[in-house]
Amino acid sequence: MALQDKYKPLTDAASSLGVTNLQVREQNNVLYVDGDAPSGDVKDKLWDIYNQLDPDYRAGDLVLNVNISGMVGGVQAQVVTDESNLNVRKGPGTDQPVVGKAAHASTVTLISKTNDQWWLIKTAAGEEGYAYAQYLKPI
Amino acid sequence: MSISIIRSNMMLLVVSCCVLFSCKVKDSDIASAITSLTSAIPGASSVTPDVKDGVVTISGAFPSDSAKSAYDAVVKGIKGVNTVTDNTTITPPPPPPAPVVISPDSALTTGVADATKDYPSVQTSVNDGVVTLTGDIKRADLQKLMESLHSLKPKKIVNNLTIK
Repeated sequence: MALQDKYKPLTDAASSLGVTNLQVREQNNVLYVDGDAPSGDVKDKLWDIYNQLDPDYRAGDLVLNVNISGMVGGVQAQVVTDESNLNVRKGPGTDQPVVGKAAHASTVTLISKTNDQWWLIKTAAGEEGYAYAQYLKPI
Repeated sequence: MSISIIRSNMMLLVVSCCVLFSCKVKDSDIASAITSLTSAIPGASSVTPDVKDGVVTISGAFPSDSAKSAYDAVVKGIKGVNTVTDNTTITPPPPPPAPVVISPDSALTTGVADATKDYPSVQTSVNDGVVTLTGDIKRADLQKLMESLHSLKPKKIVNNLTIK
């Protein structure tokens, strides 16, 4: 219960910001918060709150697994790398060969989700392959 | 003289009314007594007592057996209530939340390798679901790395990184 109190501002914000499928569960002294955020901004906000409650994520007592619900097959997404181009790979894994690049800030089409980390995408140039989900933001 | 006759006649009328109709308590009074006397019982607001000629029929659902019997006992004790028919049900308690699913170490190891590929100064180990981070990282990259790692469904993340 103490953990739920510690992270109450986070779970309260998740509810009020419209996170769906929200699950808050405590198990072996770790709090697991899962849900689908309506936008990347909401996800960022929750991570900011997490960092305020546990500076630099040192306590190791929370696993915050919030995905962006707008990430669905068929929609367009922007490549949100820092500055580099995004590798497009033959399969879902960094051990897979690079088959193309999606330019920084370019728009790609999401085809299908492999897991929370990898998406099959199609670049503006028509190349198809797998890209790391964190660098894709639905438009 | 005539006034006193009228008065005694009226008294007789009132008394005979009471005898004939046993000084009936109004159904609406019973209903409001039920509302006020049961307000502290859990679930009282989600059931409906229907009062007709002193017969109370209760419908709806209580959260527990004890709330149901406490409610019935209060209603039976209210003046003017002849019969109580309790048609309420008990709402089953919500199922316990599903246990948290932790990814197996093999999936975590692959996922952690993907997530840390761009941060060569970060070392990782995975053991029984626990991801331990050592080495160093730029402050600007910390949150991005953490977001990727948390989405892998680990049991726990131990952050021993030096933040530069």
